[in-house]
Amino acid sequence: MAFLELSKVRKQFSNVAAPAVQDFNLSVERGEFVSFLGPSGCGKTTTLRMIAGFEHPTVGKIVINGKEVTGVAANKRKIGMVFQSYALFPNMTVADNIGFGLRVAKRPKAEIEPRVQEMLKLIHLEDKAKRYPAQLSGGQQQRVALARALAIKPELLLLDEPLSALDAKIRVSLRNEIRAIQRQTGVTAIYVTHDQEEAMSLSDRIVVMSEGRMEQVGTPFEIYNFPQTQFVASFVGTLNRMQARVADPSAGALEVEGQPLTAARAVEANRGETIAIALRPEMIHLAKGTEGVEMNHLNGAVEETTFLGSIVRTRVRLRDSVISFDTFNNPNLALPQRGEMLSVVFPREAILLLKGPSAAQESAV
Amino acid sequence: MKRSTFWGLFWVTLAALYLFLPLWGAFDFSLRAERDVIGFASYTRAFADDDFWRTFTFSNQMAFVSIIVSVLLIVPTAYWVQLKLPHLRPVVEFITLLPFVIPAIILVFGYIKLYSSPLELGPLTIFPALTNTDLSTNVLLIAGYVVLALPYMYRSVDNGLRAIDVRTLTEAAQSLGAGWFTIMFRIIMPNLRAALLSGALLTFAIVVGELTLATFLGRPAFGPYLQQLGQHKAYEPAALSIVSFLLTWLAMILIYFVTRGSNAQVTGAH
Ligand SMILES: Nc1ncnc2c1ncn2[C@@H]1O[C@H](COP(=O)(O)OP(=O)(O)OP(=O)(O)O)[C@@H](O)[C@H]1O
Ligand SMILES: [Mg+2]
Repeated sequence: MAFLELSKVRKQFSNVAAPAVQDFNLSVERGEFVSFLGPSGCGKTTTLRMIAGFEHPTVGKIVINGKEVTGVAANKRKIGMVFQSYALFPNMTVADNIGFGLRVAKRPKAEIEPRVQEMLKLIHLEDKAKRYPAQLSGGQQQRVALARALAIKPELLLLDEPLSALDAKIRVSLRNEIRAIQRQTGVTAIYVTHDQEEAMSLSDRIVVMSEGRMEQVGTPFEIYNFPQTQFVASFVGTLNRMQARVADPSAGALEVEGQPLTAARAVEANRGETIAIALRPEMIHLAKGTEGVEMNHLNGAVEETTFLGSIVRTRVRLRDSVISFDTFNNPNLALPQRGEMLSVVFPREAILLLKGPSAAQESAV
Repeated sequence: MKRSTFWGLFWVTLAALYLFLPLWGAFDFSLRAERDVIGFASYTRAFADDDFWRTFTFSNQMAFVSIIVSVLLIVPTAYWVQLKLPHLRPVVEFITLLPFVIPAIILVFGYIKLYSSPLELGPLTIFPALTNTDLSTNVLLIAGYVVLALPYMYRSVDNGLRAIDVRTLTEAAQSLGAGWFTIMFRIIMPNLRAALLSGALLTFAIVVGELTLATFLGRPAFGPYLQQLGQHKAYEPAALSIVSFLLTWLAMILIYFVTRGSNAQVTGAH
């Protein structure tokens, strides 16, 4: 049995019509690092707060380590929590903050002090033990918050956008530190973020959420390479999404803006129907004219070229659709010019057939 | 000099004169207790009176208990409203303003009417008449003081609570295993230090100077003493007024430094 189990969890706030979370089923193994990824308001925090015990599910069951905790109070769950705003106790020193949970549990002093030292060492802040939170930088405060949460040896560590109040550079170094500490302690972690890069780089598995639902659960590799819904495709990575008309379902023949394409597999739709497809930008190249017939071609006019240093991002417009793709910078080649007609090529496997809400709804996301 | 600066100075000077002239008058008057001598004779005499010390001590004790009671009553209430019932905040604010609308005389007559006879439910006496003993009358007096101080104490505490992230701190403490008692006394109260101090000093100022409640409940408080003194003597009340002004100012300066200190700690080194 999994370490953490959420089954059929639903949360309905009394003053809102749409449920904040619905039909949430998830099993997390011991020691796993799982991220909840999704746009603002999709229910990530609400789900996390139900696991923590700050909210109670309207329907459904939460089991931690074989014990049902659905009705258990937050302060009886032994779950470590790290907040976006750090939430350190301003009236206590760093050491007192870290030792708070142990003091509440009435552990002997002989146990608390070494544990606090151990935690300070873990976050490399041994010299700041006597400081007050207001005398630390944001990154340092968040490390103290992490140490405070881990000091009680929680069964589960929950982190709600712990890095989003920090600036970009610290964000990257601290997220690596969080992951290293999580590996070192072996604690099971749930990490909420709306930053896909953060989720990708940290997680064993990612839960992509939208409007209170789980859209897809999988490893970062699966989520990125094989998005199953339009939403996942649009939210993760920088996919080119477009509408295609089905020309021949069994042969995988499609048409985009009047130009023929062939997918690697059969299409589950009827002839003449419009479906959503996506193209991975890293699989698209400029045509050299030497490609075989098994490659797909699309022609359009250059709308914009952006020089990003090591790579050049080019946007090509085909009537209503836009394809964006990256090429490596090459000082010997001229950049494509605005208005220039181009042909791009990509293999059949580059076409992802998406299911999910129709185009009209999709464009609103 | 620019016109605006001139008028600014003008109004400030006018306000200062308005405030300080009577005070200076009282001070000057208090120094002339003996014919043709400027000196502190009225102060010495006022402090030499046993009744002064008795009533002053009594009022201080009442103030101390009133402060404790109102903190224990108001901090959890304001905390709970902020945490769980934010939509009730306007109602609570309105209630805390009632003492401004209802004069103390009405309050004290209400108390006397209600509590001067035992409260009985059929054959059962729920509590005896509270005005029978000094101790139980003091209870009534303190209850009244807590009501009078309510607007000030509530506002101080509420402002203090708004300055900290009550909800997240509560949840952080809960996730670390803390119960309500621990949260209240180890997290919330210590972080309201400055707010509680200013609320307490205002309560103190109100209680020590209060006249109506103490007079009608017949308790030997400082307010009635000062008032009686004023009817028989001229210089001593002036001297005591000056002393109480100085005490109040001392309190204000204390509030100023404590709040400033805590702000520096919160917004300090980032
Ligand atoms: N206490 C509440 N009462 C009513 N509605 C709520 C409450 N908390 C959250 N909601 C609603 O539930 C939905 C999900 O909110 P939630 O905070 O879980 O989103 P989120 O994914 O964490 O978003 P963000 O990335 O902005 O933090 C939102 O529509 C929100 O308005
Ligand atoms: Mg959130």
